[in-house]
Amino acid sequence: MQIIQPHFHGIARTTQDYQRMAMSGVVAVAEPAFWAGFDRLYPETFIDYFRQITEFEPIRASWFGIKHYAWVAVNPKEAENLKLAREVISQLPEFFRRPTVIGVGETGLHKSTPNECTIFEEQVELAIQHDQLLLVHTPHLEDKLRGTKRILEILRGLPVNPDRVWIDHVEEHTIRMVKDAGYWVGFTLYPVTKCSPRRAVDMVERYGWERTLINSSADWGPSDPFTLHECILEFRRRGHSLQEAIELFHNNPARFLGQNPKFEIRPISVQVHSVEPAVAWTG
Amino acid sequence: MLTPREVLDQAFLDVRSMLLEIAATLDRYDDAKGRLVGGERYQAGEDKRLQTIYQALQILGQRQPGRYRTELILELFSSTEEEKA
Repeated sequence: MQIIQPHFHGIARTTQDYQRMAMSGVVAVAEPAFWAGFDRLYPETFIDYFRQITEFEPIRASWFGIKHYAWVAVNPKEAENLKLAREVISQLPEFFRRPTVIGVGETGLHKSTPNECTIFEEQVELAIQHDQLLLVHTPHLEDKLRGTKRILEILRGLPVNPDRVWIDHVEEHTIRMVKDAGYWVGFTLYPVTKCSPRRAVDMVERYGWERTLINSSADWGPSDPFTLHECILEFRRRGHSLQEAIELFHNNPARFLGQNPKFEIRPISVQVHSVEPAVAWTG
Repeated sequence: MLTPREVLDQAFLDVRSMLLEIAATLDRYDDAKGRLVGGERYQAGEDKRLQTIYQALQILGQRQPGRYRTELILELFSSTEEEKA
């Protein structure tokens, strides 16, 4: 089965992960810009990071036939430093012109501080101004509910097209408000802190697969790019068809990301051929 | 989608394992508390996290809670505006 991994931090993974993902059906990944595990001090450090995910990672992925796309942004954990964040944001339009950059992400909120909200709003405005897709990170654990509400409040005040906005890391207590507002939702499959494959399938069965993007994130923390495959297995084990799995794990990412014409992979469908009875070879 | 019986057929052992993990953690907590001596005496009533865990277990214990148990527990573990102010 062909799979698109729509949220994947290749910079934190080994080449062997790319190889194994290719061997298990992954045809494309999209890599958002995120936190490095420490707060960067210089705009240039961000710029080099953006170069890495737009220059080197596509090459590494291509060794195994995987298409690699990237998002660029100042992530919410580093939005507290307004001066630094704004210097980086001023450089983003140059990256929008690169052939594999598909949008602004991951922006959003972490602790929902006033500075985070300001930088989030400025990046949403930049995405609108440059007609870019938008990937919004929602906070972790106890901050998620409050932060997701705040994100929706900020987006309500801006002229965004919900079709072009993906709000990621939703869970059972935040999915409805995001779907009801018309945005795309993302489930991130983390072993402990976010959503498990089983809970993700529960939510799909409860709320439908439309406008839903399932991903592993797979960064430098406790994570695994193959939680996506575990989720596919769980989905199929519950009796959902191969085509339904393709809709969810290939076609939905193709539909959302394909709104940027740089993303070349299109939805696919299973075609069953009638097979003629085998004829014995008589020599 | 699965039938109720299939849900249990597929998940029963995993659920058992997860419940045992919770039970083991609470046992470990009680053992650790029992090992404290003298002035270290720990006042469990002050730890809000323990109360929250037991509240969550009460939600789990309801046969017909009226809403999804997952939602109720996630809301229980969510911070409020007042706490963050």
